[in-house]
Amino acid sequence: MHVHFLDPYRSGQSPIHRLDARVKFVLTLAFILTAALTPPGAWPVYILLFALVLAVEIFSEIGVGFVLKRAMLAFFFILAALPVIFTIPGPALFHLPLGAWTLTASLPGVERFLSIAMKSWVSIQAAILLATTTTFPELMTAMRAVRIPRLLVAIFGLMWRYLFVLADEALRLMRARQARSGYAGQPGLKPGGSLAWRGRVAGGMVGNLFLRAFERSDRIYMAMLARGYDGEMRLEPLPDLSNRSWLVLLVSMGMLVVLLAFALLFWA
Amino acid sequence: MYLTNLLSPAPMHIPDGFLSVIVSVLLWIVSIAAVAYALKRVNQDLGERQVPLMGVLAAAIFAGQMLNFTVAGGTSGHLMGAAIATILLGPWAAVLVMTTVVGVQALVFQDGGLLALGANIFNMAVVGVAVSYFVYQTVYRLSRGQRWGIFVGGFLAAWTSIEIAALATGLELAISGTSPANLAIPAMGGIHAIIGIGESLITLGALAFIYATRPDLLGAGQKQVTGGKTLWVVGLVIAVALAIASPLASSHPDGLEWVAGQKGFLDTARGPLFQIIPDYVLPGVTNEALATILAGILGTLIVFGMALVVAYTRRNRSTPNQ
Repeated sequence: MHVHFLDPYRSGQSPIHRLDARVKFVLTLAFILTAALTPPGAWPVYILLFALVLAVEIFSEIGVGFVLKRAMLAFFFILAALPVIFTIPGPALFHLPLGAWTLTASLPGVERFLSIAMKSWVSIQAAILLATTTTFPELMTAMRAVRIPRLLVAIFGLMWRYLFVLADEALRLMRARQARSGYAGQPGLKPGGSLAWRGRVAGGMVGNLFLRAFERSDRIYMAMLARGYDGEMRLEPLPDLSNRSWLVLLVSMGMLVVLLAFALLFWA
Repeated sequence: MYLTNLLSPAPMHIPDGFLSVIVSVLLWIVSIAAVAYALKRVNQDLGERQVPLMGVLAAAIFAGQMLNFTVAGGTSGHLMGAAIATILLGPWAAVLVMTTVVGVQALVFQDGGLLALGANIFNMAVVGVAVSYFVYQTVYRLSRGQRWGIFVGGFLAAWTSIEIAALATGLELAISGTSPANLAIPAMGGIHAIIGIGESLITLGALAFIYATRPDLLGAGQKQVTGGKTLWVVGLVIAVALAIASPLASSHPDGLEWVAGQKGFLDTARGPLFQIIPDYVLPGVTNEALATILAGILGTLIVFGMALVVAYTRRNRSTPNQ
């Protein structure tokens, strides 16, 4: 079994796929920033933000259902924000009897909670769109365009290149552990030794994986040397942005600025 | 309530929408400065050989996070990796490796947000590595380079780095007004005190394995690191500061709530961080608050104290033999 399924990229020929990665990267960040700056309770703005990201999803032909399903990834974290419903003072909305206590939900509390949920939801959709319509090498171009140092970009690139190799190694280690392990058919009989023992076994596997990584990196280094590597990362200069890309970038940025101004004017 | 965090593979990656803009931006600035400094150090200290090593090891940490083991009730322990990366590569390369891991998790896998990435890098790559380095170096030095120093140091570094990073996460959520401090901080701290044991056991197992096969790799991390002393102090300061700030914030949630409530998400630009000081700390310096602070320091450094005791008894016992 191989772990190509890890890569969220979905190939396609949609306009979103073909859009310059640098433009997509910057617009995704701008969109998330706009969502973050939108005051709580500015519902029309949240709906507009959602409509915007939904439109791009439809445009990108990767499937709205796919994006929405993947967006559930971040949703467990919403629990962290759940208590604000009850802790922010304000007019009571409803009471929740909880044994001896009664929790009182306040209107500002619910508003804050739903705003956090909306921000989080639209932001993760934008991030999913970026990752599913942009290949990793294109993302690296975008990282270089926003002036991330070359050394760091090189580490990112090497990591991506070997991530799938090492993930395969990890899967093999897990399969080997499973093959060595027995399962007790009898209920109540606990297999697997003590917690410390299980931790030690998993730790041995991690150590094993790291050693393989070390040795592989030695071989990679030799191969790089053989190809003339001298410690300097040489990358092709970035091509200029096309006029069309500039147009998309400026129009979309303008839209986000108008949306944000609207939000701040009426709800701040 | 926070139980799902345990079940999730990435309990510490904050998604977008949960941090206020000011907190996100401030932590981006801190993280960028830390990563830039680490890049400078790596460029100076390490050979060009380190570039493939850092890339492949980042991939190994990412893949290593798949290697989990059952803890109890359907939950499982797995690796964050800051401690083991620090021990194997030294602190500066570890900052870059962890930044790469967290960065790819956010950028490609939506494990943590993009605007929140600065905060996630801060928690896992900066705090995680600095605290790991501080704990590991302290124990290792006390052991005078003996074998148990590597194992005890690695075990404690793994636990402490997880715990302090979790406190930082809780505090960031509380300052952002996303989660009440008196819930978020104890919950994050409590859950990760358990998760940290998983991290410790795995780190210990990995160190034992590497020690048995390639002990030279563990020796390599012990070289004098330029700027290591400063980093040791930074690790100490971060650990103590969070040990003070988190019980203070969770015992006085009203102050934090008030700031967050008054200012909302946006007005934070006007500087609620500064307002925390007059409204929060100064009236807070009563005996009660002092007691919480002391309890906090005590609680977080108790592991550290244990390490000292163990270290001294072990040293006294082993000195006559030498």
